Formats: sequence, C-alpha cells, structure tokens
Amino acid sequence: MTFRISPEPLDPAALAGQLLDLRAGAYVEFQGRVRNHNEGRAVNALEYEAYAALAEKEGARIVAEAAARFPILGAACVHRVGRLELGELAVWVGVTSAHRAAAFEACRAIIDETKARVPIWKKEHYADGASGWINCATAGPAAAATATPPAAH
Amino acid sequence: MTTVTLHYFALLREQRGRSSESLTTGAATAGELYDELARRHGFTLPVTHVRVAINGEFAAWDTTLRTGDELVFIPPVAGG
Repeated sequence: MTFRISPEPLDPAALAGQLLDLRAGAYVEFQGRVRNHNEGRAVNALEYEAYAALAEKEGARIVAEAAARFPILGAACVHRVGRLELGELAVWVGVTSAHRAAAFEACRAIIDETKARVPIWKKEHYADGASGWINCATAGPAAAATATPPAAH
Repeated sequence: MTTVTLHYFALLREQRGRSSESLTTGAATAGELYDELARRHGFTLPVTHVRVAINGEFAAWDTTLRTGDELVFIPPVAGG
C-alpha cells in the first residue's frame, strides 16, 4: 500500500511486478497518459509539479482509505512530476484483490481521490505557444468564463 | 511579529517569482498572511480557491502563526 511521487519515467511492468500476489485472482491497473488536447485546445506537453512531502502523505491516506473500504490485497499509486511529452505515463494505479469487483472499485476510488486531493499541479503547454495552470484561471474576463469553483475537500 | 518560511508552488510560485522565502509578518493567522501577500504580489487566486498547509499538514486558515512555521499555500490541485 504505497503512494509515490516520481521525477523519473514510470515503468508499468516493473510497478505491476511489485503487486504479484498468489492470493489475487484480479489485478486492475489504471494508466493516465498525456493527451494531445484539452477543452478544444491542442496540447503539446504537460508539466507536473508537486508538494512532494504532503502529496505522498495525502496519497498514502487515499490508498489506506481504499484498503479499508474495499477487500483488496494490495494497492499502489505513482504520479510523475516534471515535463511530460504526449503519450507519456503521468499516473499509474495498480490494485490486486481476490475477486475483480473490489480491484475495479478501489482503483477508481484511488485515481478519483488523487485528482481531487493530492497537491499536484498541471501546466498545459498549448500548440499555439500559450500555457496555463489547470483549475487556476480566475483572473481576467477570458478566464472568468472558464473559472472552476473550488474543489470540495 | 512572527517569522515564518514560505514555499510556493505552481501558479503562486510564478506570481511570487520565487519558490521560497523567509518572512517576518504582523499577520496573526495563515489567512491574514495570504491576504497580505496576495495584495503585495498580485496573487490572482482568491483565498476561497486556495488551501494552506502548515508544517507539512493541511491546516485551517484561522490557525495562529508561530515563529518557525513552514507554510505552503496550495492552489487548486490538478493531478492525474
């Protein structure tokens, strides 16, 4: 049951290997990858930044909550930081359980809570040369239309 | 007056122009300090969009500041 911030590229095969468990009939994995568009704009690259100490603490709580809520055997999540190119792996979640339902549900809960709670920030670099921090547009008339209400913590 | 250390991330790091600083302030609480710095540096995020961590843990905006505290203002998160 771990959560880690990684400045190095993620190796999903190696990460999955750490969850090998002969009691597990199910292994569910989520890979979040860098997409070439967002809200109608062409994206060239992403930059992730984290407050690593608190991110790993909050992330560990999320994984522990999933383990308390669902009958799983193992769970881990790793999130990249730094500049990522299109198609690169940004976040990886792996969960094992005896039967598939718990692994699917726990995997979904871990990625959803990670996106909502962990202090990680994402800057999009657009094809037109502009860039912006996601969820942080709150100033100016253009931003007002896209401003996001504060997440429910 | 209290002297605290601040670490900045993401949009706030860019708007402050540095990633950390030590600061002596008359602000009594974390929320008062954010208001003071937002005015001084033109932070665009209203305090309602920001959270604060003190000494490595999420904290309430009305937490009283003590000398030696380490603060991080947390802009809206966007992992995944």
